[in-house]
Amino acid sequence: MRLSDLPKGSPAVVDRVDDAHAGDPIAQRLRDLGFVDGEPVRVVARGPLGADPLLIQIGSTRFALRRSEAARVAVKAETA
Amino acid sequence: MSADSLRIALVGNPNCGKTALFNLLTGGRQKVANYAGVTVERKEGRFVAPSGRVLQLLDLPGTYSFDAASPDEQITRDVCEGRYPGEAAPDLIVCVADATNLRLHLRFVLEVKRLGRPVVLALNMMDTARRRGIVIDVSELQRRLGVPVVETIAVRRGGAKALIERVDGEIPLAAPAQADDADSRNDLHAQVRALMAATVSMPRATDALDDALDRWALHPVFGLGILAVLMFLIFQAVFSWAQPMMDAIEAGVTALGGWATSALPPQSALHSLLNDGIFAGLGAVLVFLPQILILFLFILILEESGYLPRAAFLLDKLMFKAGLTGRAFIPLLSSFACAIPGIMATRSITDPRDRLTTILVAPLMTCSARLPVYTLLIAAFIPQRTVWGLFNLQGVVLFSLYVTGIVSALVVAFVIKRMRRDKSEHALLMELPSYRMPHVRDIALGLWERTKIFLKRVGGIILTLTVLLWFLSSFPGPPPGATGPAIDYSLAGRLGHALHYVFAPIGFNWQICIALVPGLAAREVAVSALGTVYAMSGSDDTVASQLGPLIADQWSLATALSLLAWYVFAPQCMSTLAVIRRETNSWRNVAITAGYLFGLAYLASLITYQIARALS
Repeated sequence: MRLSDLPKGSPAVVDRVDDAHAGDPIAQRLRDLGFVDGEPVRVVARGPLGADPLLIQIGSTRFALRRSEAARVAVKAETA
Repeated sequence: MSADSLRIALVGNPNCGKTALFNLLTGGRQKVANYAGVTVERKEGRFVAPSGRVLQLLDLPGTYSFDAASPDEQITRDVCEGRYPGEAAPDLIVCVADATNLRLHLRFVLEVKRLGRPVVLALNMMDTARRRGIVIDVSELQRRLGVPVVETIAVRRGGAKALIERVDGEIPLAAPAQADDADSRNDLHAQVRALMAATVSMPRATDALDDALDRWALHPVFGLGILAVLMFLIFQAVFSWAQPMMDAIEAGVTALGGWATSALPPQSALHSLLNDGIFAGLGAVLVFLPQILILFLFILILEESGYLPRAAFLLDKLMFKAGLTGRAFIPLLSSFACAIPGIMATRSITDPRDRLTTILVAPLMTCSARLPVYTLLIAAFIPQRTVWGLFNLQGVVLFSLYVTGIVSALVVAFVIKRMRRDKSEHALLMELPSYRMPHVRDIALGLWERTKIFLKRVGGIILTLTVLLWFLSSFPGPPPGATGPAIDYSLAGRLGHALHYVFAPIGFNWQICIALVPGLAAREVAVSALGTVYAMSGSDDTVASQLGPLIADQWSLATALSLLAWYVFAPQCMSTLAVIRRETNSWRNVAITAGYLFGLAYLASLITYQIARALS
């Protein structure tokens, strides 16, 4: 599943970040920001227009990501 | 290397409190606020350590990684790696980390350590961390990291004591330098996880209060409602709260002018210079100080509270559709104060095309220098009455002028987006900070800084231009036997009449044309220039306080509305054009900005004037 498809509030962990093209700087920055294998993530809020951008909680940090950016992150739903 | 020239660089993730720490150590007054990307330049300061040693401190823009994504991050990387032009690498790097957000911040600490330079880690915001029940085993963290670790509270006096003692001592040994590539960077996360597990315990990942506030502030419906109400309140307050203070300043200037000129013969040149030039001119600008301060009071509170990135979150989609990015929200909001810091703040925008678009539309945000022009005209021409049982009509007009500027910026950005051939994607990736209670002291200092800047402008450029304009409006004097006001024969009068040919179709009289010229240097000067021009052409007792009623009497409503429309767009600020040249390194962008703004201004005024005249 993609982070952009994750329902609001449901817990998941990051699987990996996929490059949208070779040497994708956005994907690398996402990895630098902590989107790496095994990291718990959650969608906290969605923007008012077209549910974009998404507010993502990872660790203690909240990042605003556009849907296209969040689509680079593959997640596994956490079965709590 | 002599012992008295130790050079220390402050680095760390955005919004971890580097600048607050810098200010605390050096007694500096650099701008701090609660969002990522406040500092976009390298700033330098010095302080004397207890040992008597002088320490030179560098404050650098925050960065998530040395794999720099934006111009401000590049500065930090270049300074740390010793590649910044004209500057050796720092002797010691103080890495600042937010103690409440170590999972993110420790990764950069590890990256800094790999540079192979001496590093000290400052765990900042320790007060907040304790309040949230976060426990950090500092000695274990120090042992595992292999660098000295100290605790700091940058917002508290004495909060950097441990750091001062540490940097005043022996320089710690550097870890061996390690190569930097994407794979090894990804390994850093595994190390961070191990460090976190061994040294940090957190009762919960986030602050419960943040979560509660964000449920409202980011709500799709209530969130937008809160934002709209907030913005509207600000403009209402600018009009409603400022009036008593403005009246007091006006009365003061009038009394001072009367007292200062009473000893001089009424027909003398000196009397005219003081009365018509300085008191009429400067007084006309000075009365707007309260309104500017009220606007800044709100801006400072919003900045400190951490609300601004939330607003950017809510508006990102809209701005993205228009060809901007949510990240442009903060630079554009700064442009309401002044386009110059706004344009500099665009350095935190990652994408060069987004950045250029933001720079090009930043002058459309109504800067505080336009406020005197707006409020002079609104107070003179718009009746003070309550509409819809709630709002002050003058406030509504002011608000709509600001909105016009914003909507125009979106339209212009959209046009630029359509003209751009490169359609590749660009990122938002914006961190939302924790909410913070604004400190009264910081707000007061910020307002005081603003007052100083404003008074410096009044006493500097505005005074100079006012005196210059007085000379140009006084000389050459009228020939013997001339009828009509003396100003008609002066250089300024002739210039005004010449320009009048160009501006007559948009309803400007020759007095306005004169005022537009010195207004190029600073927009408020247009008001002081009008004060001077009317004082020169009228009877001698005309002073600042009467400019409003005077133009209300002499101008048509169409002319006033046309001038308001002109000022929404007019590119009348040399300093803004100069900073665009510096930030984009291109005269072409300067020409594009000045050209399109002038075109829009003329067009908007023409339409406004012709419609208003047809309707009246």
